Amino acid sequence: MNKLKLIIKREFLAKVRNKTFIIMTFLSPLLMVGMIALVAFLSKSSMEKSNFVAYVNYSEMFTKDDFKDTNTIHYENLTEAGLEQAKKIVQNSNHDGLIFIPKKDSIEQLASNIEFFSNESPGVVLISEMENTLTSKLEKEKMKQLDIDLQKLKKSNVNVDIKMSNFSGEKSSKLINGIKIAIGMGSGYIVMMFIIVYGAMVMRSVIEEKTSRIIEVIVSSVKPFQLMLGKVIGTAGAGLFQFIIWTILLFTVLMIGSYMFGVDMAGMQTSQIPPDQLEAMANNKAQFALNEIFKLPLLSILIWFVLFFLGGYLLYSSIYAAIGAAVDNETDTQQFMMPVIMPLMIGVYVGFATVINDPHGTVATVFSMIPFTSPIVMLMRIPFGVPFWQIALSLFLLIITFLGVIWLAAKIYRVGILMYGKKVNYKELYKWLKY
Amino acid sequence: MNNILVTEDIVKNFGDFRALNNISIKVPEQSIFGLLGPNGAGKTTLIRIINQITLPDSGKVYFDGNLLRPYDVHYIGYLPEERGLYKRMKVGEQAVYLAQLKGLSKAEAKKRLKYWFDKFDIGAWWNKKVEELSKGMAQKVQFIVTVLHRPKLLIFDEPFSGFDPINANIIKDEILQLRDEGASIIFSTHRMESVEEMCEHIALIDRSNKILDGKLTDIKKEFKTNSFEVGLVTEDKDVLLKELNEKFEVKPADFRSLEDDLKLNIKLANGETSTDLIKYLNSKAIINHYVEVIPSVNEIFIQSVNKNS
Repeated sequence: MNKLKLIIKREFLAKVRNKTFIIMTFLSPLLMVGMIALVAFLSKSSMEKSNFVAYVNYSEMFTKDDFKDTNTIHYENLTEAGLEQAKKIVQNSNHDGLIFIPKKDSIEQLASNIEFFSNESPGVVLISEMENTLTSKLEKEKMKQLDIDLQKLKKSNVNVDIKMSNFSGEKSSKLINGIKIAIGMGSGYIVMMFIIVYGAMVMRSVIEEKTSRIIEVIVSSVKPFQLMLGKVIGTAGAGLFQFIIWTILLFTVLMIGSYMFGVDMAGMQTSQIPPDQLEAMANNKAQFALNEIFKLPLLSILIWFVLFFLGGYLLYSSIYAAIGAAVDNETDTQQFMMPVIMPLMIGVYVGFATVINDPHGTVATVFSMIPFTSPIVMLMRIPFGVPFWQIALSLFLLIITFLGVIWLAAKIYRVGILMYGKKVNYKELYKWLKY
Repeated sequence: MNNILVTEDIVKNFGDFRALNNISIKVPEQSIFGLLGPNGAGKTTLIRIINQITLPDSGKVYFDGNLLRPYDVHYIGYLPEERGLYKRMKVGEQAVYLAQLKGLSKAEAKKRLKYWFDKFDIGAWWNKKVEELSKGMAQKVQFIVTVLHRPKLLIFDEPFSGFDPINANIIKDEILQLRDEGASIIFSTHRMESVEEMCEHIALIDRSNKILDGKLTDIKKEFKTNSFEVGLVTEDKDVLLKELNEKFEVKPADFRSLEDDLKLNIKLANGETSTDLIKYLNSKAIINHYVEVIPSVNEIFIQSVNKNS
């Protein structure tokens, strides 16, 4: 036991002191914040860029008042120049395009005959904004024709908001559904990334011991299984350590960033609303979301997360360790990587595809039971409320499989670490199991 | 004399391949035991079984009188042929780690390491990374790590590879001193002159079977052919050679000599003794050189392996 502790400590320190590890630990959050800031900045600046659109209006349905400038579109009336002349003017100036409204008798005809000319194909946002403007105007006209009282119509407007709750009386909302999806998908994705990144790290560490030929010295002091276990745990420790640093750094940098550059994250989606109103709304929204989050059984979600996370990581990293032991260098690992990555990918895709729409459907339930995908899929399902027996069964299957796999992996490992210069295939691995 | 290590009928199979076939050896206490054999004979497998890296399919290993237990790894020091260190770890830190894995406390490991580092005059390497060391330097560190926990049994697999002659000599002296201080040593090598020089007992393994073992002097007696190497000063070499050819089995020999003498290797028939030969030769010529032909380990090795195939 004492030796296991020594191995874990060495593996942890070896990872943490590594230059690449240190650089990645401190650079990744900066890169991420940089990316977020860049995206925010770009979308904000493109939002603020106003389009310069000319119009030629031959119809009596529209007047000057219908082409008022908005935040994003600046209109210019070229009706007097006539369509042909206007086209030439627009082509040779910095206008973004020319909208042409012909003279038609009926509203229906007019609606399907409005044209837009431009040098470059226009943005979807611009077109839909113009369509909205024109549609609402024509709708009003149509209502007038049909003798519909606008005031009454406005009054008749009803908005249904279905209040959701389960039979034990817990209220939920659409927002909370979004939060559940976010938590579920987030934790499933984290598990997958962690397994791929740190599993590969375990594998490289085994290969390093093989190529540096220290392995035989070590296993003359400790059991190969102890070494493998120590390596898996030590690497996980380094990974968790990195995650903790990232979380702290991310929050710090985000706060500093939002303070310094004034990037208002909430403002990104709702920039048309006046600032003071917006702030109030954002506050309310945040308050509401926070309340909703606290309504979730966070503690049990966290506990399940830790259990499935550990189970999945131990399962896969022992396979990674066995692969590392079987080969002489990293290029030989390719043939074994596919069967490891595949179930992880399937887990994530099945999760994204089915859990969102139908968290308790057959596909999602089955994949949350299969041990190689359950750490991902079950974690995605848990925020939506999974019966305890299902979680327990899934975890039980995971533990059984994990024990079996680590037993097999340890067998391959103890043979493989002392085997040099052999091209290994699956048949060979099967033979090792019997040594 | 007690045996520090005894193996009884060790069998080990890898799939269909039998790597060790009923291997029984006895390693006497406080002596150097040469484990010899051609490449792929099974020496490393046997050594790994002694180190409990591999488990035998059947057979028993006794260490210091008892069946080998997991804890016995603390009493064994092993320098494998395929050896190395963590390249990116510092020398001192790494040596302490490996010593701790052998059961030493951190403080004790540091104390003993200081002694050895001073002895080899390599104290300045403590904070260097292993990748900054030359191969010979790393081998020295490796040697220290192997012997640091003062094991009762030391297993050296090609201990001199990677050393220049001067350092190889230093290591050889250290091994001899360790034996004098009470350690028993299993020594596996292809350098027969080292075996000749250092080993008191040997075992020869060829293609999974033990084909020879025992005290080196006994084995040599067994392999000697009752032959003598002689240098004879005479006036007419051809006449003498003809006479000798009629009486004995004679082959030409080669050794250094100041005289232009007749150099011969004379094999006696059973029953004939050295005294008879000397008497006879003395009457024919001046005996300038006379020595019994003792088979070298090299010859014994080649002869045994060829006979086995």
